[in-house]
Amino acid sequence: MKSKLLGAAVFVLATLMLNPVWAQETPTVDRTATGGAQTLEDILRRQEQLKIDESFRSENLGNPANAAPISGQLGTLGGRSDADIWRSIRYNRIDPTVQSPGPANTVMIQDGGITWYKLREGPVITYGGSALSGIILLLVVFYFVRGRIMIDGGPAGTTIERFKAIERFGHWLLAGSFIALGITGLITLMGRSFLIPVIGLDAFSTLATGSKWLHNNIAWAFMLGLVMTFVMWVAHNIPDKLDWQWLKAGGGIFTNNHPSAKKFNAGQKIVFWTVMVLGFSVSLSGLSLLFPFQLPMFADTFGVINSVLGTSLPTDLAPHEEMQYANIWHSIVAFVMMVAIIAHIYIGSVGMEGAFDAMGNGQVDLEWARQHHDLWVAEVESKQDKGGSS
Amino acid sequence: MKVMISAFVAALVIASLAPVVLNQFGWSSADQTSSESVRLD
Repeated sequence: MKSKLLGAAVFVLATLMLNPVWAQETPTVDRTATGGAQTLEDILRRQEQLKIDESFRSENLGNPANAAPISGQLGTLGGRSDADIWRSIRYNRIDPTVQSPGPANTVMIQDGGITWYKLREGPVITYGGSALSGIILLLVVFYFVRGRIMIDGGPAGTTIERFKAIERFGHWLLAGSFIALGITGLITLMGRSFLIPVIGLDAFSTLATGSKWLHNNIAWAFMLGLVMTFVMWVAHNIPDKLDWQWLKAGGGIFTNNHPSAKKFNAGQKIVFWTVMVLGFSVSLSGLSLLFPFQLPMFADTFGVINSVLGTSLPTDLAPHEEMQYANIWHSIVAFVMMVAIIAHIYIGSVGMEGAFDAMGNGQVDLEWARQHHDLWVAEVESKQDKGGSS
Repeated sequence: MKVMISAFVAALVIASLAPVVLNQFGWSSADQTSSESVRLD
């Protein structure tokens, strides 16, 4: 629940930051001249796309208790006028009877779609794409400035088992599915803007359909990989005092000294918890999107935030709004994860000599292991000595 | 590298089986949004 709460808080802050219109104060308007109805100021603010306090309309829905007698002229509408009923439809305040099943089918008008669409096509693509480009550029610069991190004194020539086959399987199940999800997610999000002009509508249609199928279905492999890696590695990733020492030394990335570390150093622990927390969050929002309208979670989350922080986030969300929040949150979390994982891929491949072997064949050079995970090597050797002597 | 490739294959196998299993449990879009009497399949 805490991660969900934290996630929702970050989402709200990010949303307010990205969409300043949502953060505007709405002025109190004197509507006595119009008998409580719309004023010229309302119209002008709407034309300027400024926020308007709609409560003068959304709360003005008539009162059935004021029903006229059935014999009276207005009996069929009870105590409500045509305008009252249309406002109820406009603000989704009626409970209509529909023939087809489904929670969303009773919603006749829901206008959050345009806000969602603008956010998705605007800031999400712009800032998300910039973050991906930025991290790639940063790593290229880092590579040319720092160069590849080599094994000091060269490899020892002997190896030590770093990860067992089941650990590597869990890692690659997670990694392979994440890369597929990332690529297909970007095609779904950005394809309309960037691919259609290049490959045309027909080719994009095939690509988008295939991407959607793969994205929806390989998500299960991602969730399985997430559970596997969490179970196998959580005990090794509990933060301790050693991590602070490692972080103060910058992990030895900018110097030639190598701070002590156990099986996972502080940098790897950060990646681990980033993947676990964000992976859990992106899975939840993904499940909400995978089963439309079946798993609403934002109204409840906002309710918890309101009770803790005293905010007034909306808790009465239409099914469509739940999906819109889930979609935007899914995209934001995925972008943060992609940025972190691109950096992880860099340091695990071209960025450091000998690092890929850990997940390649599971055997790492002993000298590499001593330089980057000295305490873990000592622990393994101690166990081997005990095993050999007994 | 064998482990890596087998994990990738496993991911694709899971992806292929997922819709079959979901349909089996009545989690297809058709099942969720229409009753049997009006379904075309």
